[in-house]
Amino acid sequence: MGSTVLTITSGKGGVGKTTATANIGIALAELGKKVVCIDSDIGLRNLDVVMGLENRVVYDLVNIVEGRCKARQAMIRDKRTPELYLIPAAQTRDKSAVSADDMVKICNELRPEFDWIIIDSPAGIERGFINAIAPADQILVITNPDVSAVRDADRIIGLIEAEQKGPIELIINRLDPFLVKKGDMLDADDILELLAIKLIGIVPEDEHVVISTNRGQPVVLDPKSKAGQAFKNIARRLLGEEVPFVNLEEKGDFFSKLFGRTH
Amino acid sequence: MTHWFSRDIRRGKSVHQAKERLKLVLIHDRTNINPETLEKLKEELLEVISRHVDIDSEKVKIKVNQSGREQKLIADIPLKTTYLHRKY
Repeated sequence: MGSTVLTITSGKGGVGKTTATANIGIALAELGKKVVCIDSDIGLRNLDVVMGLENRVVYDLVNIVEGRCKARQAMIRDKRTPELYLIPAAQTRDKSAVSADDMVKICNELRPEFDWIIIDSPAGIERGFINAIAPADQILVITNPDVSAVRDADRIIGLIEAEQKGPIELIINRLDPFLVKKGDMLDADDILELLAIKLIGIVPEDEHVVISTNRGQPVVLDPKSKAGQAFKNIARRLLGEEVPFVNLEEKGDFFSKLFGRTH
Repeated sequence: MTHWFSRDIRRGKSVHQAKERLKLVLIHDRTNINPETLEKLKEELLEVISRHVDIDSEKVKIKVNQSGREQKLIADIPLKTTYLHRKY
């Protein structure tokens, strides 16, 4: 059984890379996989707080690169799930502290031990992004249903293709079914037509995300959350399961459930 | 209700604008072709082609189309029928 290096990236900042990394990581671990999440946003460390592990950071990614510690020492184990680990980013350094080769080397070191190595990419199209996709076997591009996020997603997809990395799949995050219904938000079909890549999941707008992030307990741990369910479905699709797309209609009646499109 | 209805007709749903604007922006981002370049291209193409064959320059259409993640330059150039001028 081989391991997969999965990079989550977006181009535009603030669309949900870190939230997606934390939630997909936990979901895969709950499905019995051994997972390590790597925060590659050097200087803007965030995955630790989103996962609620900020008080346990001792070493970071740059410490591993500089040989101050072993990869194993920098890993923080998430005690809520069977086999989930985090390698935090350095907070006091910048992107030049890590190279693409360093990322490839660290991932190769981790491969024998893990089923999934998930890299949270920094925003932007510069070096940090190139480093994050260098070791990737598979890439998830995340976007929101708005013009600027979709435009940046298209740019990033072009750059990933130019680096000959992939396969690439798309997560549409924060889709508001009410606004879609009113004709004031791009629908999944619109975005897929424009970007022309494969969809792996649609995460609905959900206040549970903010609340759970406040608490440091990723939303996937909340069984009532629709966003949490969507992240679980993405994890199952990553494992090759055919999971039907959940209907995001607010409250569909029998007929719209029967005839309406499902996500 | 009337107000909402007329506003919707006038403006159209904002999602249509979002999609149309994105379509154009993405074509430009992906190919670096702007309307000005396209117009220039059209002129030069017409000049070369009409050196060899008669074309109906009024009806010529040149545009960039998206097909998957590929962009295609589509030229629709109707030829003038010449049999009318032939002597049988």
